[in-house]
Amino acid sequence: MSRETLIDLIYLFSATTFVLALKGLGSPKHARRGNMLAAFGMLVAVVATFFKFVDGHALHHVGLILLAMFIGTVVAVPVARFVKMTAMPQLVAIFNGVGGGAASLVSITEFIHIKSTHPATYVVLEVLLGVLIGTVSFAGSAIAFAKLQELMTGRPVTYPGQQIINALIGVVALALIVTILVSGSTVLLWTLLGVAFILGVAFVLPIGGADVPVLISLLNAFTGLAVAASGFTLGSNLLIVAGILVGASGILLTRLMSKAMGRSLSNVLFSAFGSNITASAGGGVEGRTVRSGTPEDVGVLLSYASKVVIIPGYGLAVAQGQHVLRELAEVLEAKGIKVFYAIHPVAGRMPGHMNVLLAEANVPYEDLIEMDEANSELQTADVALVVGANDTVNPAAAEPGSPIYGMPIIHADLAENVVFMKRSMRPGFAGIDNELLYNPKTILVFGDAKDTLTKLVAVVKAS
Amino acid sequence: MTNVLLQYATVLVLSAFVGTEIISKVPSILHTPLMSGSNAIHGVILVGAMLILGAANTNLEEVLGFLACILATLNVVGGFVVTDRMLEMFKGRKPKAPAKSDEVAP
Repeated sequence: MSRETLIDLIYLFSATTFVLALKGLGSPKHARRGNMLAAFGMLVAVVATFFKFVDGHALHHVGLILLAMFIGTVVAVPVARFVKMTAMPQLVAIFNGVGGGAASLVSITEFIHIKSTHPATYVVLEVLLGVLIGTVSFAGSAIAFAKLQELMTGRPVTYPGQQIINALIGVVALALIVTILVSGSTVLLWTLLGVAFILGVAFVLPIGGADVPVLISLLNAFTGLAVAASGFTLGSNLLIVAGILVGASGILLTRLMSKAMGRSLSNVLFSAFGSNITASAGGGVEGRTVRSGTPEDVGVLLSYASKVVIIPGYGLAVAQGQHVLRELAEVLEAKGIKVFYAIHPVAGRMPGHMNVLLAEANVPYEDLIEMDEANSELQTADVALVVGANDTVNPAAAEPGSPIYGMPIIHADLAENVVFMKRSMRPGFAGIDNELLYNPKTILVFGDAKDTLTKLVAVVKAS
Repeated sequence: MTNVLLQYATVLVLSAFVGTEIISKVPSILHTPLMSGSNAIHGVILVGAMLILGAANTNLEEVLGFLACILATLNVVGGFVVTDRMLEMFKGRKPKAPAKSDEVAP
């Protein structure tokens, strides 16, 4: 067997591990093993690549390759290990962005490398698609990161004629691609790189912070496609398989996510959702009464309940209250009270984010129930405890005309009592007022979620 | 259109079907790790970056290839480590006696 055949077989093995990994991620039990399997497949592929021949010679610059890998690893490991779990979406955005950037660079460099041989038109097209998609993903991820990290406003950035201008940038990019296909000009390739960068930024700017997770999933799929395009250029089945796997599954995942928010993907991408914060959102608060209570009141209420449904939101994670919340749940369970955590699909800043944050606090995943089950449990619950959530329990989702109209929500008001822990009367991420706050069943507890929870634990233990 | 191109196109189409098929049943609680895990998998562009740098003839190619290798390594290593860190936290109720079935406790 020739060396090249052996390497191709190893690549086939790696591609198989990637498929199995994605499959393993379908259940909590096999997910971790799946991820490790893919990491192993990746390692094997990288090692095998060192023995590959390019242009009829062994790899040059092996030292430089190792140095680059060293630098990348030294930066990536501490960042990935020590960044807070709440910052996970930003982290995924960054790692996705650099992947898109790498795909774009690979395509450009290959173009420069093979230009003198006058490559076939379809090869140039593959290069250009790789550059375009990879760069859009890179620039888009950078803006998404800035939005999530709050380096810039999380609100949609809009200006008059935005859609038309974006469409024009897209047209310019396509025109450049056609021109380069005809002329093979390297200068224009750099221009395309610039235009793709602007396109990526312009595409992401009007997308509001709440929708950024869906966007990241889409950009993730884009990077996959850019990698597949590079795979075509380099003639690598491994890159094509892995890239398309990620591209296809990423697009499906993106659709699942927007469905969980009750909206279409085009609505997420093009509607600048959340930009029209109504003036009445602030005005409505005045003159309306809310019922507020102390942790002591609520502690007693909880102690005499027989079923409690906790509805956590991102505010809980911001206050770092997950551990205390689990403690509260355990204290309640010790009293024979049934406790569930109702998880909205988009609770947190990414779909499934809340599950990760609670898992970090050692909440067993059997206690987490999804929205539909939660809504049936709530009908017989004594207390719905809303901690740091807002939009996901907002009844306004049932009112046509509301910005969140159509989003499926957790119906906290089905429970006998609603306890709403809130830092202030400020509206949630979507920027709209919440009717639930004024519901006669609702008791508001103002203050930091972690402090309030700590007090609750003490009260429940004592009573 | 060459035969090689056709072969790649075949791989592409089949991979697309596999990609959509295997994730259509993922529960929403694993959406974040899935996104992160597939993010790590497209880090396979590192293989492409290695080939590019390994074939570089000019300084420009070397610089671009070197940069691509760094970015791709960040993607691969960061992606897998973050995903592992997330998945490490998905534990069942009794860590001492691992659950024997997949059934969610009633």
